[in-house]
Amino acid sequence: MQTYEEMWRNLGLNLDAHEGLLKALSGFYSSIYASQKNRPNAMKYFDFVISEVHGLRIKELQEAKAQGKKVIGTFCVFVPEELILAADGVCIGLCAGAEAGFELAEQYLPKNTCGLIKSFFGFKLARLCPYANSCDLVVGETTCDGKKKAYELFNEFQPVHVMEVPQTKSENAKSLFHSEVMRFKERLEALTGTKITAERLQKTIQIVNNKRRALNRLNELRAAPIPPISGLDSLLINQIAFYDDPVRFTNAVNELCDELEERIKNNVGVARGDTVRILMSGCPMAIPNWKIPAIVEGTEAVIVGEESCVGVRNTRNTVAEGCKDVNEMLKAITERYFQIDCATFTPNTERLNHIVEMAETLKANGVIHYAIQFCQPYTIESKRVEDMLASKGIPLLRLETDYSMQDVEALKTRIEAFKELISP
Amino acid sequence: MKIAGLDVGSRAIKLVVLQKGECILKKEVATGFDYVQEVQTLLEEIQPHKTLVTGYGRHLLAQHMGFEHVTEIKAHAKGVHNLFAEVRTILDIGGQDTKAISLNPNGRVHSFVMNDRCAAGTGRFLEAMATSLGCSIIELNALALRGSNDFSINSTCTVFAETEVISLKAQGANPADVARAIFKSIAQRAASLLNRLSINPPLCFCGGVARNKALVQELKAMLHMPVLVPEQPEFTGALGAALLASMT
Repeated sequence: MQTYEEMWRNLGLNLDAHEGLLKALSGFYSSIYASQKNRPNAMKYFDFVISEVHGLRIKELQEAKAQGKKVIGTFCVFVPEELILAADGVCIGLCAGAEAGFELAEQYLPKNTCGLIKSFFGFKLARLCPYANSCDLVVGETTCDGKKKAYELFNEFQPVHVMEVPQTKSENAKSLFHSEVMRFKERLEALTGTKITAERLQKTIQIVNNKRRALNRLNELRAAPIPPISGLDSLLINQIAFYDDPVRFTNAVNELCDELEERIKNNVGVARGDTVRILMSGCPMAIPNWKIPAIVEGTEAVIVGEESCVGVRNTRNTVAEGCKDVNEMLKAITERYFQIDCATFTPNTERLNHIVEMAETLKANGVIHYAIQFCQPYTIESKRVEDMLASKGIPLLRLETDYSMQDVEALKTRIEAFKELISP
Repeated sequence: MKIAGLDVGSRAIKLVVLQKGECILKKEVATGFDYVQEVQTLLEEIQPHKTLVTGYGRHLLAQHMGFEHVTEIKAHAKGVHNLFAEVRTILDIGGQDTKAISLNPNGRVHSFVMNDRCAAGTGRFLEAMATSLGCSIIELNALALRGSNDFSINSTCTVFAETEVISLKAQGANPADVARAIFKSIAQRAASLLNRLSINPPLCFCGGVARNKALVQELKAMLHMPVLVPEQPEFTGALGAALLASMT
C-alpha cells in the first residue's frame, strides 16, 4: 500500500479529516460490497479502482498535470466529455455523494438545500476532495436553481465555467445549447492551449461513445433472467465511469461483460430467476451513496437498472460518428446531449415514457423512485411518474431521503413492504 | 400447537398467541434497550412452536432468534382483515410512525404510505404534547372530549407544536380546548397521509394511539367515513403476525 500523504498535503487537504473520511468510506464499502455473494471475477478491477479512489487516480492526475494537461471537473451529464478530451484535458466527475462538511456548507447555503449541492460545497470547504483541488477548471451548468445559484458562490473558491442548459426542448432552446457547446469549446481551447481539431474530436467522440456502448452492454446483460451481477456492482461501475481513465475503463467493462455473457450461458447468477426485480429511477447516486440499493438488495431483491444520471441517462444515446468537420461534430454533440431527459426540463414527457419502456424491457416487478430530499425537479416530477406508471399498472414506491443514515430503519420497512406487495 | 405473533415496536412489544386458531394470550410490555432479552423472557413460559415477528425490531430478532419476519404493513393488513373482513383502509399510528394502507377486497395490500422521518402525529408526539400540558395521555384524551373546537395547532413539527401549545396556555386558553386542538392536528396529519392513497370505506384505525377516543371522533368528522377500532387496537400487528405464521 503506497502512501499518498505528501500528495494530499500538497493538494491542501485536511489530512486528519481526510483520513477519517477514507476510513469511513472503506468501512462502508466493505460492509456493503464485500458481503455480496458470487460476484464476477472481473469486479476485482473496480474494487481496486475504488480502493485507490483518492490514491492512485489522484496520482495519475498529478502526473497528467506535470505533463501540462489540464484537469476539468464536472457535476453533470450535460457537460460534453468529448470536448474536454479533445482539448487534451482530463475529465473528472466531482465528489458529491456523502454527508461531509455540511456544517461548513451551511454557512453558505440554506439548510434546505439538497444533499448533492451541500456535499460538493462541504467537500471543498472541509478540504476533503483531492479531485476538486486538482482541477484547473470546474464546469457548472444551469440545471436546477440550487446548483445554478450555488456555482456563483463556489466560484469564490475556484474558477467555474457555467454552461447554460435550457429548460425546454424547443428549437430556440437547442440553438442556445449549441452556442453554449461552442462557447465551452472556446473556453477549453483557451485553457489548454490545444486546438480542438476534427481529427482530435473525431477520436474522442469515439472514445466516449465506446465507453457508453460498454456501459449499455453491461446494462443489458445485468437484466438477464438470472441476473449475472448485482445492482450494487452495476451501480458502482456506472459511478466509476465518471472519474476513471475512459479507455482503460471501457476495456475493463467489456472484459466484465465477456464474463457476464459466459455466466448467462451457464445460468450462473447472483440471484435466482424468481427474484423480485426493481428498476431504480430518479436522482443520481454519486459515490458513496449506496444507501437505498444496499437496503433493496439486502431484502434479496435485485436492481436491474438505473434510470438516472449515474445510469442510463448518462449512457443511452451516442454522438453520431462519421461527421467531416468540427462544426458538424459540434452539431452532433449538441443533438446527443440535448436528448437528455433531465427533470429540469419542462415538460419532460420523454422521461416518463422511457421509465415505462425500461420497466417493460427489463421485466421489473416494480419501480422505486428515488429523490434526494429538497431536490425540487425530481420530487415534483415523481407525481407525474406515479400517474404514468399507475396508468400502465406498474407498481411504484416513491422515496425521498438524504445522505444520512437516520432513516434507514423506516426505509427498510417501506422497501420490504413494497417487495411484499410486488412479489409474484 | 402454539403459534406466536410478535410486534416489536418502538415503544412496546406486543405478543399474541394462537392455539387451534383461537387467541389464547395477548400481552404487552414496554420496549427497553435489550429487547432480545425481553422477548426471550416473554416467550419462556409459552414455548411456541413457531414465532413470526414484525415491527421495528424484527430484523434484530430474526437475526438472534431465527424467527421469520414480515413488515408491519403486511401484518396489520392480515390482522385487521381477520377482525373486520369488510375493511378497505387501515390507519395505524404507533409510537414513532404512521402508516396508511389501502386493501383490495380480498384483504391484500393494494398500496401504502408512511410518514416521513419526522415523528409529528405519532404516539411520541402525543406524549410530548401531554407533557407540555402537564398531564398523561389518558388525561389528555379525557380533556379533549370536553373541549371546544375553538383552537387549532398548525405546526407539523413536534418542537414547534409544543411552542404553540405553550403560547396557547400563555393566552389563558382552556386546557380542554388545547387538548382537542392537539388531537385535531394529529387527525389532520393522518387524513393528509390517507388522502395520498385512494381510500375506500370503511376504515380501521389501529395501533396504540387508536385507544384515544378523542382522536377517533376527529377522524370520523374529518374523513366522513365509518371508523372501526378493534377492542385492543395495539394488538392487530401481533395478531396478523400470528395468523401469517399459522399459514406457512
